[in-house]
Amino acid sequence: MQTNSWVPLFPDQASTFAWQVDLLYAYLILISVAFTIPIVVAVFFFAVRYREREKYATPDEMHGSIMLETVWSVIPFIISMTIFLAGAYVYYDQYRIPDDPAMEVYVVGKQWMWKLQHSTGQREINELHVPVGRKVKLTMTTEDVLHDFSIPAFRTKTDVVPGRYTYIWFEATKSGKYHLYCAEYCGLNHSGMGGYVYVMEQRDFDNWLSGNVSGQTPVEQGRDLFETKLGCASCHAGGPAQRGAKLEGIYGHDVKLVGGATVKADDEYIRNSILNPSGQVVEGFQPIMPTFKGQVTEEQLVSLVAYIKSLSGVTGSGTTPAGGASNTAASNSNTTSHGANSNSQGGGQRTAPANSNR
Amino acid sequence: MQTQDAINQEVSGSPKTNYLTNGFTLKSWLLTKDHKRIAIMYLITVSMFFFAGGMYASAIRLELLTPASDLLESGTYNKVFTQHGVLMIFFFLIPSIPAVLGNFFLPIMIGAKDLALPRVNLLSLYIYWLGGGLTIWALLQGGVDTGWTFYTPYSTTFSNTYVMAVGLGIFINGFSSILTGLNFIVTVHTMRAPGMTWFRMPLFVWAQYATSLVMILGTPVIAITVLMLAIERFAHVGIFDPSIGGDPILFQHLFWFYSHPAVYIMILPGMGVISELISNFSRKKIFGYEFIAFSSIAIAVFGFLVWGHHMFVSGQSIYAGMVFSFLTMVVAVPSAIKMFNWTATLYKGSVSYDTPMLYAIGFLGLFLIGGLTGLFLGSIGLTVHLTDTYFVVAHFHYVMVGGQVIAYLGGIHYWWPKMTGKMYSEFWGKISAMLVFIGFNLTFFPQFILGYQGMPRRYASYPAEFQVLNIFSTAGASVLGVGLIMPVIYLGHSLLYGKPAGDNPWMLPGLEWRTSSPPPTENFEKTPIVTWEAYEFGEESGLDLEEARKRDLATIS
Repeated sequence: MQTNSWVPLFPDQASTFAWQVDLLYAYLILISVAFTIPIVVAVFFFAVRYREREKYATPDEMHGSIMLETVWSVIPFIISMTIFLAGAYVYYDQYRIPDDPAMEVYVVGKQWMWKLQHSTGQREINELHVPVGRKVKLTMTTEDVLHDFSIPAFRTKTDVVPGRYTYIWFEATKSGKYHLYCAEYCGLNHSGMGGYVYVMEQRDFDNWLSGNVSGQTPVEQGRDLFETKLGCASCHAGGPAQRGAKLEGIYGHDVKLVGGATVKADDEYIRNSILNPSGQVVEGFQPIMPTFKGQVTEEQLVSLVAYIKSLSGVTGSGTTPAGGASNTAASNSNTTSHGANSNSQGGGQRTAPANSNR
Repeated sequence: MQTQDAINQEVSGSPKTNYLTNGFTLKSWLLTKDHKRIAIMYLITVSMFFFAGGMYASAIRLELLTPASDLLESGTYNKVFTQHGVLMIFFFLIPSIPAVLGNFFLPIMIGAKDLALPRVNLLSLYIYWLGGGLTIWALLQGGVDTGWTFYTPYSTTFSNTYVMAVGLGIFINGFSSILTGLNFIVTVHTMRAPGMTWFRMPLFVWAQYATSLVMILGTPVIAITVLMLAIERFAHVGIFDPSIGGDPILFQHLFWFYSHPAVYIMILPGMGVISELISNFSRKKIFGYEFIAFSSIAIAVFGFLVWGHHMFVSGQSIYAGMVFSFLTMVVAVPSAIKMFNWTATLYKGSVSYDTPMLYAIGFLGLFLIGGLTGLFLGSIGLTVHLTDTYFVVAHFHYVMVGGQVIAYLGGIHYWWPKMTGKMYSEFWGKISAMLVFIGFNLTFFPQFILGYQGMPRRYASYPAEFQVLNIFSTAGASVLGVGLIMPVIYLGHSLLYGKPAGDNPWMLPGLEWRTSSPPPTENFEKTPIVTWEAYEFGEESGLDLEEARKRDLATIS
């Protein structure tokens, strides 16, 4: 929880890398002090000690010193390199998405709200419930402009970019209620686009999960779209004679394209192939698939991608194509089937006037 | 000896035609080719933009006094911070030192009669007026709410404010920068007086030269970017908008490819002024002249390679992020070198505390903090947390205001006697310099803490726990405001009632102090021949110090 001190200097430390960032911060403050004090003392000492004693005095000339110049070029360079290396180390750890997240959440930003859906089907608006001590991966996109998913207590943030997926991960270490902000300016109600992240003990989280279930998981929604609503199955299913490329087992593997190039079938590739099918046509197939741009919403796309991933044994929590990792979070989805679409606890149900003026 | 002549003239009080008295009609100003008159017109316009931008700043600080968005509703707030940024950056900071002080003093400091291309100089002023006028018009029509960064697709598709009118204003204004930069480069190469070798040039000239390089290489990129923005907005060609096949990150790359070097357009000239002030008011040759000169050039070059550090969380690859972080650390070194050399210059000098020097010492403190917090933001693991928070806001205000604005004010106070021939009140000058320093720190230092706590920038309303520090900040802003308004009053007063300054009130060796105050239209009675190095304060550089001491005695008695 937010500390109640008069002027809090630090936000809560509530993720596994919060202490690393704080340590780096402390290191930089130390360096700053170590530079500031000698320079300020020197400036004041020289200014007083060598103050003008006689008008238009002509002090002895001093041309500079190669030795000194070298020293005060090399030392700052070395120090700046330590800062770079420490920063790169912390960053690398934070921003390489782990291969085996215990939980996956899909995030769609829009002016001016966050729409989130757990891989187990629960939907939330401007709120995110996560358990302590589990790696959580967020796959994010936006329906309109740039946003930025920012949780200061976790010391992390990432821009959310229209037309592509960006990712963020964290492992919460302390239960509590933390601010969630949109940190990239997004128009009229930018400062209202935020809410809270609730970190809960595993038992509380399980309770929360079972009390807030939507009818379908993303995979189920995706199957629905795939088989009936959008009719993808008419070409992409049916066995050896099907007109469209085979989707089973492709996720995470290289796909050969017409023209000889290969591309790795990841979330981005699946998304692009739905929106812009003729861009990357699989070898052996004709560019006959129509675009679905404008016909599917970002949330439907997320579900479709989740379903197509599930065809390769990836069930939405854990991105490794090999079905090795057991997915406790996903298995919840099968046991919870009661409850109609409950759009999480209200909170951020603000009306969002559409501002698109094409 | 020129100085002596000038002093004698001063004593005998014979009036002489100077650039101000050479024609009094409006036409004689609007069609002038005199760089000094053009600089004065820039000074007036730039000051108006500064106070317009300052009004917006006051509105921001008043709104942020309370957590709720109560004074301004968020739509208005968004316009206010956008317009604060646009006016301050494009119409004040970028032209401030180059177009005012550079225009006035670069030719004089190298012993030239004028800039190499006087008509182009006037043209660049007109272009600035046109771009500025268009922007003001757009702001009066309803303004713009995209942030000064104009990030797509918000700016191209979603904002229904006057984006393109302001964009066009900035586009046009860019040509003013390009022409000024070109003019300075040509002037430095071709117009130096006999004996004024490259390494005898004052460091202010070196800094202007480096700035000019950035201006002519960087500014076309922003012009191209704005043009592409217009093509997308009007012709719906997909460049930046993903829904029609564009890439919003491309805009950020192009924007920062200009706007990061533009940061150096905004600080290098300030560093040049500070080099002048520190050396002249210590009456000691600047320590490590060559290192300061080349560090300006190094900053100009490396400044082009670090734009990606504005995009650490925008979705660029983590390896690109690391490369940009590395280069950012490298570009910090030349600034550190300058800092050490300025400090060492004071050592065994003869330091006087005139108003310009107070500004220079203030600059050292503020730029030190601005530069060091730049390291925080360049360190990639840390900056992910700090990006888009008040930490960034505080950092760039320390560099832009604590650096450039303070240097600009120092420069104005330093050269005011030369520009106008009048001396301002030292007392009020010192009071205002100290108010600016205190007010500035009180305004922006709390924002570092706010930023680390996670308060996002560009927020009209904020969580209540941030209020205490915001109150400090607003209180500081009012002190800063008073400190910034005071110079208008006492400098204005000095124009009418100020004591005559004399040609060389501080007995300094620069060429600008070896002509009359205000200078004649052609700058020098006869072309000076330079036989001394930069920053030589003794008699051997031709300064008659004995005479000056007698002059001082005469004025006292």
